[in-house]
Amino acid sequence: MAEHRLTFPTTEKEIRKLRAGDLVTVDGHIFGIRDRTQIRIFDQGVEPPVELNGAFLLHTAPNVRKRDDGGYDPLCIGTTTSARMVRFTEPLGRDHGVRAICGKGGLPDDAIEPMREHGMVYFAIVGGAAALETTQIEAIEEVYWEELMPECLWKFRVKDFGPLWVGIDSHGNSMFHDVNEAANKRLEKILAEL
Amino acid sequence: MSTVELDLQQAVEDAAAHLYVWALKDIPQDLRDALADASGKETSVPGQRVLQTILKNVQVAERENNLVCQDTGIAVYYCRVGEHFPLHPARIYQALYDGTVRATLDHPLRSNTVHTLTRENTGPNVGYRVPIVHWDFVADWDGLDVKCVPKGSGSENMSFLKMCVPADGVKGIKQFVLESIVGAGGKPCPPGIVGVGIGGSADYAMHLAKEAIARPVGTRNPDPEVAKLEEELFELLNETGIGPMGLGGDVTVLQCHIEHADTHMTLNPVAVNYQCWAARRASAHIAADGSTEFDREA
Repeated sequence: MAEHRLTFPTTEKEIRKLRAGDLVTVDGHIFGIRDRTQIRIFDQGVEPPVELNGAFLLHTAPNVRKRDDGGYDPLCIGTTTSARMVRFTEPLGRDHGVRAICGKGGLPDDAIEPMREHGMVYFAIVGGAAALETTQIEAIEEVYWEELMPECLWKFRVKDFGPLWVGIDSHGNSMFHDVNEAANKRLEKILAEL
Repeated sequence: MSTVELDLQQAVEDAAAHLYVWALKDIPQDLRDALADASGKETSVPGQRVLQTILKNVQVAERENNLVCQDTGIAVYYCRVGEHFPLHPARIYQALYDGTVRATLDHPLRSNTVHTLTRENTGPNVGYRVPIVHWDFVADWDGLDVKCVPKGSGSENMSFLKMCVPADGVKGIKQFVLESIVGAGGKPCPPGIVGVGIGGSADYAMHLAKEAIARPVGTRNPDPEVAKLEEELFELLNETGIGPMGLGGDVTVLQCHIEHADTHMTLNPVAVNYQCWAARRASAHIAADGSTEFDREA
């Protein structure tokens, strides 16, 4: 298991260096995205209002306070369950050049092949650890599609964002696949002995 | 309404407004202890790091006076109403509703409630039939207990029901619980509390499963047969290897709690309701004169 520090946006070359199980800390700019944001892009065919090439997407819907100048201050920002949004993995990589999807709980095996083909990774974060995550978010720089609040498209500036595990790498490996397979074998044995 | 009733309704609203935010920020000691124990037991490298991060997060929430988790949940309240409590449950419901609104707007908290078909937001964590309030009535008493359980969706989405048949027996119950938790994997933010409801009817089994997750961590069902099943399932669930956040490890669940009801001779319902590691809950005891005692551990 290696440890890495990466600044986003990044390149396919950097992403290909990561292996499932590695630990990663992230700096730079990341985007917050959720169910409704992606339904708008892919099911309603609305072009995202910002360039996602090389991007890091975080599955989130934050608690925020609106300032008098129209901007937003982060109050509590954490991460939601990724599995609901697995079907967007392929078009995010193929059509938009997204390099990393980050969430909690893992993505099902359907994400493995698109990530291998398009040079993407899935980062697993500690779900529920939002108080800590909020301290790693320096600012909310932009908010697009405010009418979807809180499922807008958010641009955050982050520092020391993590710890993140490479849950799925761009070489066909998935920690979640492996844990699930081992757990099902154990389950079979447990059930046989009930 | 009389002045007494108006004052009491205000006291219940104040309690609800406080409980909702407090539950989100300051998790109970029994849960903190269970998480620390889990950290001591875990041997996998990612699992240890996950649990250390969780413990650090609880400290950061305290230091920064912030929410433990960003999911402010769906507002669920459990009420025990004394026969002689001088405010009718219809007014208690209104007070809980108003308190939820106030907490959401004043903090402010993320508002999660939407119309289930249109998906449009319905208000500050309230809507049609939300908050969800469960009632219990107590004879020969004039108090009110309110427990607030803001329930996160990541874990609530991992809820399962099976109408086992009597011939499936206890083995069928165990099998369904184990399969449900392995199937849920990392999605419900393990290690959490597995709530199991057995018996009753289909809807009541799920109600009992939810009640089970709201108990203090590690308490045992008073029925020794049920308590034995809690212990057995707790051990078996931790043999699955799902581990913290589903990254593999020794600690998959912090506890297994079971609530039961007697049932029809042809029924054997089993319901599973998962509660994430951030098992938020906070209670208030309100006396007939409106004086309120807050209780993090109930």
